[in-house]
Amino acid sequence: MSYLADGLPKPVPAPDGLDAPFWEAAANDKLVLQKCASCGKFQWGPEWVCHRCYSLDLVFEEVEPSGKIYSYERIWHPVHPALKDQGPYIVVLVEFPNHDDVRIVGNLVGDPEQPVTIGDPVSAVFEHHTDSDPEFTLVHWQIAK
Amino acid sequence: MDRSVRGKVAVVGVGETKYYKRGQAPDAEFKLALMAVIEACKDAGISPTKVDGFASFSNDRSDPSHLAAALGIDDLRFSNMQWGGGGGGGSGAIANASAAIATGIAECVVVFRALAQGQFGRFGQGPVRDVIAGDAAHTVPYGLMSPAQSFAMKVNRFMHDHGVEQEALRAISLASYHHAQNNPRAVMYGRPLDEEKYDNSRWIVEPFHLFDCCLENDGAAAMILVPAEKAKDFPHKPTYILSAVSGSHYRAGASVHNTPDYGTSTFKTTAPRLYDMAGCGPNDVDVAQIYENFTGGVLMSMVEHGFCEADGCNEFFVKENLIAPDGKVPTNTSGGNLAECYMHGLGLNIEAVRQLRGESTNQVKDPDISLVASGPMVTPVSSSIFGTEATL
Repeated sequence: MSYLADGLPKPVPAPDGLDAPFWEAAANDKLVLQKCASCGKFQWGPEWVCHRCYSLDLVFEEVEPSGKIYSYERIWHPVHPALKDQGPYIVVLVEFPNHDDVRIVGNLVGDPEQPVTIGDPVSAVFEHHTDSDPEFTLVHWQIAK
Repeated sequence: MDRSVRGKVAVVGVGETKYYKRGQAPDAEFKLALMAVIEACKDAGISPTKVDGFASFSNDRSDPSHLAAALGIDDLRFSNMQWGGGGGGGSGAIANASAAIATGIAECVVVFRALAQGQFGRFGQGPVRDVIAGDAAHTVPYGLMSPAQSFAMKVNRFMHDHGVEQEALRAISLASYHHAQNNPRAVMYGRPLDEEKYDNSRWIVEPFHLFDCCLENDGAAAMILVPAEKAKDFPHKPTYILSAVSGSHYRAGASVHNTPDYGTSTFKTTAPRLYDMAGCGPNDVDVAQIYENFTGGVLMSMVEHGFCEADGCNEFFVKENLIAPDGKVPTNTSGGNLAECYMHGLGLNIEAVRQLRGESTNQVKDPDISLVASGPMVTPVSSSIFGTEATL
């Protein structure tokens, strides 16, 4: 069962291919982030050029799918018809301290009314929507045991 | 060479349509824009044919060439859109118009904003579509899609870092509603707010209750800017631009919430430039209009404009400090975006002028310096400072 009700827009790779490796990796239970092959630093969201050294030689590198909660929010008021009966849900901003502090957004699985503490460690949960057209995978998070 | 707009440009006319609840304007958006421009010209005592420039922001749909045709303008010289920033562009449009006037590119520029959300789309709703790509693909499928949802996460981080309590946000909302009760133009006129009503209101997204969020409205507002040396040819007491700046910090626009300095209104780099140009500091500001997209944005903006220390918010943000006429920093004295009207912040600039003319419905006693901060967190952000003749 998915964390959020079905019917939200489904993520697809950008037509220009910029973030395609991220979605391909997620479909295979892997987390990849964009890294500059020249200066070795990570950046996110994906860009066409390294914002530090302007190298065009950017790659996607697999990283351990764990980070910590940098910020979060509990949403109560739905702004999309698919979430009309959803009730509250939690969005977390997860930071990767070992990967130049880049951050990604996901949902925090579990009780939507659970207390959330900034700084808590989390690990990824890959939510596959294989019966969807097109298929897609969301990268969620759970409090690390 | 003095590379500044300080004292070189004056606001000589302001105009607004009636303000309506979202979707309830009886008129088309373009007609609302024309009505506000005509009102501002009437206020300035000039014929609209003498306007020679338009400046707006947030991709306003009322095209200057069409406006100039509809108004029979003799000689259009300046047609300008502040790029990006949504409501963050309000003071940026004033900066652009001022720059054009100070450099002789134009002589009489209208800064305006018109909105009819019934005719066009709403701000506060997510996209209804089958698939989504690009930056939004990394947020929307997780249910993060409205401005409130985009900015609550920043405010939560700021509140965490500085131990800010919910009551600080509440005070900002109470002040706006307090002022609106004296302002017959305000959409929330006759609808007061107290602590209990705020506390019992539903959550939109924590830490924002319903009353922490701006309205969505229909209407239009316009201001007329001319060279300072002509300011006394017009009927009202002139108000001078002391400063107007816009911008954003290092990688403020990094996608998927990746700006390194995250819990901020984005005024840390612009506010020092604002005060430098104006030649004054926060202690000199008599009255402030701080854009309320959400109360958390006001809180961080006031910290970053130097009215309060980040770790002192719980003490500073009490209603008494924020209300006219005697508060420490009377703030959002028209009722602002929470309770007067959400005209994307241009109404705040008009209220700043009204205070200096002595015409506010919540008048501060003899103010000389009036500050506006536009669109916290919506980068590039902007702010402006207006002064009376005594400040020149």
